[in-house]
Amino acid sequence: MDALPTIWFIAIAALWIGYLLLEGFDLGVGMHMLFTARTDTERRVMLNSIGPVWDGNEVWLITAGAATFAAFPLWYASLFSSLYLPLTIVLVGLIFRAVAIEYRGKGTSVRWTGAWDRSIGVGSLIVAFGIGAALALTTTGLPINANGDRVGGAFAWFTGYAVLGGFAVVGFCLVHGAVFLALKTDGTVRQKANRFVTRWAPIALLPIVGWVLAVQFTSGRLSCLLLIAGAVVAVSWAWISARRGSEGKAFLGLSIFLVLGAASIFANVFPVLLPSTIDSAFSLTTSNAASGSYTLSVMTVVTAIGLPLVLVYQGWTYWVFRKRISDTNIPAAHTVVDAVRT
Amino acid sequence: MDALDIARWQFGITTVYHFLLVPLTLGLGPTLVIMQTMWVRTGNERYLRMVKFWGKLYLINFILGVATGLVQEFQFGMAWSEYSRFVGDVFGAPLAMEGLLAFFFESTFLGLWIFGWNRLPKRIHLACLWIAVAGSWVSAFFIIVANSWMQHPVGVALQNGRPVMNDIWAVLTNNTALLAYSHTIFGSLAVAGGFLLGIAWYHLWQRRRDGIDTVDADKRVIVGEAREIVGRDKADHRVWITSLRIGAVVAIVGFAAVAVTGDMQAKLMFEQQPMKMAAAEAACQTGTSFSVLTIGDVGATQNCDNVVGVIEIPGLLSFLATGTFDTQVKGVNDLLPEYQAKYGTTIPDSPVYGAQAGQSIQYVPVMQVTYWGFRLMIGFGILAAFAALVALWLTRKGTVPESKWLMRLAVFGILAPFAANAAGWVFTEMGRQPFVVAPNPTGIDGVFMFTQAAVSPGVSLGELLFSVITLTVVYAALLVVEVRLLFKYARAGVAAAAPELFEHDHDGDPGAGPGHDADGDRSGDVLAFAY
Ligand code: HDD
Ligand code: HEM
Ligand code: HEM
Repeated sequence: MDALPTIWFIAIAALWIGYLLLEGFDLGVGMHMLFTARTDTERRVMLNSIGPVWDGNEVWLITAGAATFAAFPLWYASLFSSLYLPLTIVLVGLIFRAVAIEYRGKGTSVRWTGAWDRSIGVGSLIVAFGIGAALALTTTGLPINANGDRVGGAFAWFTGYAVLGGFAVVGFCLVHGAVFLALKTDGTVRQKANRFVTRWAPIALLPIVGWVLAVQFTSGRLSCLLLIAGAVVAVSWAWISARRGSEGKAFLGLSIFLVLGAASIFANVFPVLLPSTIDSAFSLTTSNAASGSYTLSVMTVVTAIGLPLVLVYQGWTYWVFRKRISDTNIPAAHTVVDAVRT
Repeated sequence: MDALDIARWQFGITTVYHFLLVPLTLGLGPTLVIMQTMWVRTGNERYLRMVKFWGKLYLINFILGVATGLVQEFQFGMAWSEYSRFVGDVFGAPLAMEGLLAFFFESTFLGLWIFGWNRLPKRIHLACLWIAVAGSWVSAFFIIVANSWMQHPVGVALQNGRPVMNDIWAVLTNNTALLAYSHTIFGSLAVAGGFLLGIAWYHLWQRRRDGIDTVDADKRVIVGEAREIVGRDKADHRVWITSLRIGAVVAIVGFAAVAVTGDMQAKLMFEQQPMKMAAAEAACQTGTSFSVLTIGDVGATQNCDNVVGVIEIPGLLSFLATGTFDTQVKGVNDLLPEYQAKYGTTIPDSPVYGAQAGQSIQYVPVMQVTYWGFRLMIGFGILAAFAALVALWLTRKGTVPESKWLMRLAVFGILAPFAANAAGWVFTEMGRQPFVVAPNPTGIDGVFMFTQAAVSPGVSLGELLFSVITLTVVYAALLVVEVRLLFKYARAGVAAAAPELFEHDHDGDPGAGPGHDADGDRSGDVLAFAY
């Protein structure tokens, strides 16, 4: 009889993993525009490698949030209101990143493009950190009372776990973004991305491994060790492939690592959605925070129709834009001249 | 000022702002679909130029709609957690459907459309635009379903004091939602119509002023060209006059339909939210007259003592509300005791109300806002529709008059339908107060919620102040950037939006890529569009 909330727990975990997997490289590419790229053309090569797909990837976040609202309203309400301040900042980051991607090419002055490039980079950093912190906290706990409201003031969420989660997602996105750039671009950007992966991947992935292990040790389920073992194998394979120059395998390996690693986190905390650090009796779980079974059945039907379609046409998009982009593909910046006399 | 007031201001500011961008997206989308379909069917380059030009403005506006929509999605949980807990079972579903069945389509296919020029076969590329625009219309439907449920809750049973959905079909076909959706969609078409008309007028006027286009003795246009300036050739004239006509027709159709659906909404409102109807009219006494102008302190104190009707049309109010001329429409003074008897006179003594518990409930919305909101919505709408009719007449011979003032009016008139939309929303939402979920008079008892109870109990005043100030400042700054960019690209005309059309002096069919095999290593393969 508890099948539906369980299915929805899995569905929401899948939406979050989908988000990290897809927007993960968008955010990473955004951050690399800050420091890995040196010239305007390099930055444009990077930006256009995610150009056609970033907005579709962001919808994974919107849908993860909305599906949480629909399936576990109490989880949505408690988590989002507890993290009021950090989420406000994440929203500002999302706003600036989105607007910057569209507007950066609409002017040619160095000030204009520079300001928007920084917005993309810093915005991506903020979003990655904030989402990482939020996800880490929902797996490790927040001080919520019997009604599900945060106690302890506006900064009660600021803990070691929040920082660990933030760094975990930032580090992962940096590596994932670089692996993506290596796969999708050509020329100097490709070289730099490969160099970043071979040099920095082991360090950048440490925090996410730390998060996975922390959850394993605190709420350990023995069976989840299997997932973790799989993740370790995948990430080693990814790194070896990257060093050998097999960019496709590196991307695949890193993706498997994320899926298995994040799955181990969600599987470990199940059936708890948001632990209360005050009293475990206040924790939100799949049974006390879920919507009614009618709502969950309706949503199951909708998702069973909608999600496979999404996978098909988003997959098709990647197929259409499968070609590598290099500096020779980028059209010259275009100065807009008034057609009307003033 | 307490946390509730700030949360309400924040919701009002962010939503009205989101809805400045949304109607342009919703309305311009279908006109782009028409233009590109015409181009694919006829091969006439005029339509290609139109798509490229209006598409550029569409995207500049679209992105800010995306950015501010994200805030909307998060805001329910952040600032209105009690609300989210109360309604989540029924309210979350349309939001999730919007993501799964609309936003994914919209943003994925728009990405394909933006980057797919020359890369996808023509017809598939056109289909991408169709799907993206359909996605935005579907998204509007689901969000209006959610909103209309707050105006008129249906399809639920009460379990442990919370509404629990038991009929999704009833929620999706809520009569309030079907009407509000049509009304909003047509209102959005009015916005896009005014936008096309104003900007096209401006360009035609420039061409006349610069002596490119002239008129003969019959006042018929003689189209000229100034080929040394990109984008001022003969094709350009046809781009603008066609855009202007499409715009005027879309605006007029939009307005006519808005009047019809709005009238139907008023009749529903009379049944479903009689207090809102009374407040829209500042109708204190039960009666039949529609007030055209009311003076006195309309509702500043939310009471009826000093409201004086100046011009009233007997029977019209009854007609608006019920379709007959003599049915009495209940005024505020009669409704108040009914509401108090049904829903109580004081806020319940429950911890969710915090300091507000035990205070008396103000059932009359701020009448100044509802009364004027309603009139501004209709007034601006009528104004814009009338202007569109006049514009069609004045341009029947192929160009616009030389008058600078008319041109200014046309450009300034772009704002009227935007204002009508904003006024409409403020009216509906404020007229619903003090409820965030208004009770359904024929529904089951107990499914309603006072706004006071909806706000997040754990969120402090400081946090709310921080977010409302941050978001307002960011939004204001971005509005400046967006409007400047719109101006820049609108003034620059087709050449700025589609430089590739002007580079090779029209050799070949520029947008008509054969959909070549993308695997082949073509060194000359430059993206048709890049950020
Ligand atoms: C009648 C139409 C309408 C209304 C009332 C609203 N929206 Fe909206 N929204 C749209 C019509 C729309 C749209 C036209 O479909 C947009 C504009 C640009 C876009 O991408 O889609 C959009 C964008 C948009 C996005 C970004 C989607 C993306 O990334 O592609 C989100 C998350 C929301 N909205 C959420 C909301 C919420 C939670 C609202 C209520 C409070 C709301 N919108 C009111
Ligand atoms: C885009 C069109 C919309 C506009 C312009 C709009 C406008 C407003 C305004 C001005 C308020 C403040 C009213 C007040 O505080 O007195 C408000 C409140 C609210 N609206 Fe809307 N609204 C829109 C759509 C929606 C939708 C689609 C929903 C739900 C899905 C919604 C849900 C709410 C909620 C939860 C509140 C807060 C409670 C309150 O203050 O009344 N609104 N809206
Ligand atoms: C004769 C013209 C019009 C009439 C009779 C009319 C009537 C109405 C009514 C009765 C409502 C409130 C519905 C409710 O709260 O239940 C409403 C809301 C609204 N109106 Fe109008 N209206 C007219 C023109 C316009 C125009 C020209 C626009 C915009 C271009 C517009 C935009 C809106 C919007 C955005 C809302 C709020 C959303 C909704 O409930 O649909 N209206 N209108």
